Amino acid sequence: MKILVPVKRVIDYNVKPRVKPDGTGVDLSNVKMSMNPFDEIAVEEAIRLKEKGAATEIVAVSIGPAKAQETLRTALAMGADRAILIQTDDEVEPLAVAKLLKAVADEEQPGLVILGKQAIDDDSNQTGQMLAALMGRPQGTFASKVDVSGDSVSVTREVDGGLETVSLKTPAIITTDLRLNEPRYASLPNIMKAKSKPLTQKTPADYGVDTTPRLKTLKVAEPPKRQAGSKIADVDELITKLKNLGVVA
Amino acid sequence: MKTLVLADHDNKVLKDATLSVVTAAAKLGEVHVLVAGNNCELVADHAAKIAGVGLVLLAEDAAYEHELAENVAPLIVNLMSDRDAFLAPSTSTGKNVAPRVAALLDVMQISDILSVEGPDTFTRPIYAGNAIATVQSSDAKKVITVRGTAFEKAAREGGNAQVEKIGTTGDAGLSSFVSAELSKSERPELTSAKVIVSGGRALQNGENFHALIEPLADKLKAAVGASRAAVDAGYVPNDYQVGQTGKIVAPEVYIAIGISGAIQHLAGMKDSKTIIAINKDEDAPIFQVADIGLVGDLFKIVPELTEKLPG
Ligand SMILES: Cc1cc2nc3c(=O)[nH]c(=O)nc-3n(C[C@H](O)[C@H](O)[C@H](O)COP(=O)(O)OP(=O)(O)OC[C@H]3O[C@@H](n4cnc5c(N)ncnc54)[C@H](O)[C@@H]3O)c2cc1C
Ligand SMILES: Nc1ncnc2c1ncn2[C@@H]1O[C@H](COP(=O)(O)O)[C@@H](O)[C@H]1O
Repeated sequence: MKILVPVKRVIDYNVKPRVKPDGTGVDLSNVKMSMNPFDEIAVEEAIRLKEKGAATEIVAVSIGPAKAQETLRTALAMGADRAILIQTDDEVEPLAVAKLLKAVADEEQPGLVILGKQAIDDDSNQTGQMLAALMGRPQGTFASKVDVSGDSVSVTREVDGGLETVSLKTPAIITTDLRLNEPRYASLPNIMKAKSKPLTQKTPADYGVDTTPRLKTLKVAEPPKRQAGSKIADVDELITKLKNLGVVA
Repeated sequence: MKTLVLADHDNKVLKDATLSVVTAAAKLGEVHVLVAGNNCELVADHAAKIAGVGLVLLAEDAAYEHELAENVAPLIVNLMSDRDAFLAPSTSTGKNVAPRVAALLDVMQISDILSVEGPDTFTRPIYAGNAIATVQSSDAKKVITVRGTAFEKAAREGGNAQVEKIGTTGDAGLSSFVSAELSKSERPELTSAKVIVSGGRALQNGENFHALIEPLADKLKAAVGASRAAVDAGYVPNDYQVGQTGKIVAPEVYIAIGISGAIQHLAGMKDSKTIIAINKDEDAPIFQVADIGLVGDLFKIVPELTEKLPG
């Protein structure tokens, strides 16, 4: 079984994003970029399934600028077998990303597509669900446990009330949550090896997908700022504050 | 404009999250609520009483019992043939189902809206809430998820809508529900609690978390939350996580105990009315958003606080 893992190049999660003064977006010049953390978890899960013998090949795919090659090389260094870059400098919305991924899946025929549940830049949380819809396949979102057996996969999902387990027929789409695994670091020898793994370059036009955005961003603003309050001395003062807030009698 | 709201429920109780979505939908037009489930007539009756609801559609089928997206999405797509906007809460159910509907309708979803600025214009948080984007949709139909804390809850009483039973689309045969492990708690629900006590990595283990955070929460009649670090380390279950990728909360009072205040955590709680932080590091980022800060060792402060609180 082949596994397809879409990975997105995003602002590093340790960086505090700054809104551009002209209100057109977030300033990404000279900002550290990394693989979306949920996608690292997706790559790790695919590798573990391959190590267990449940998967035979892992294909990483990214839609983005030329620099997204670095993100794909990271996936290859972790253990993916080959990579596809669908290169574009335009911003591609989740719906168009899902259409491109569907086109890739039509060619590659993976048994599983494992995505992150959410990209930490657009915070959309929709690409995996959309891909599942377009492919007419089942979806196991927010996964904290994945078990493949035969032609089905059992997915334990993190839901608002706790955990829920569903069984999906493969091919299936999975999106990762934080507790699924702890991604490995690529070792130096593997980083070297990744340089010679195959990376195919494509464009959205190769797949005949129109990536024109449906949403127009009119403005990007900073949220209202909170002012730091005051420090208090001790528990007695805290109790007085809680009384003033009406939280305790 | 006609809207369709997906009711969030467990076949018995209509969840509060639905009420905020009704408020958002009412800003766009007439509100119809879909109750898809199994033996869930009671939920439909509740939905019909919500102020502002014009019609309740009740679709009962074993295939809808666990709100599997593969089964529910085709039903919604059918209902959208003569409606203009579909709105679901940003709950785990809403986030699972809505994008599937959007793709089937060939619509780009607008996730987690904070406000309705016009019939096609909305604000939404991006980059963990460090930026607020105003976006305009060019799609003929809108598919939207709604952040519960950003909209007032519609009144649970005051409406008198008709409940219409509708035909179902059955089982898509792609997925099945196996089991659920739901947290049971007598405490208020995290997303609708007035007071939240949250604990972080500093609690060191589950025993300390239970022994220190829970008695304090009980005295304050508060819900209990946690940082990702506390969840990852297994002190508490996943559904306690507050943050960018956990639950978004905005209580009257949020008490962060031994939580550093990473941007991902702040994203989930910085709209709380009053933030109280207890941390031994006076430079912890949480103090930059806290209204009231107490610097010190939580292992000393929390027991003393719980002890001295009345009740
Ligand atoms: C993709 C992604 C998504 C994430 N999503 C979330 C999310 O939704 N929610 C979330 O919370 N995090 C999230 N995180 C994690 C986040 O970046 C932080 O790692 C996490 O919030 C830290 O948790 P913490 O504050 O409990 O732990 P730490 O950062 O380790 O902080 C512990 C704090 O306790 C204080 N302390 C220690 N001992 C004591 C004591 N005895 N008394 C008082 N204070 C003490 C320390 O001074 C410190 O400030 C996410 C990260 C990523 C990469
Ligand atoms: N440009 C992209 N390239 C590759 N994968 C992507 C891209 N955008 C989104 N994804 C995948 O979809 C997931 C969810 O993203 P989103 O729906 O934007 O929150 C991510 O974690 C990735 O796995």
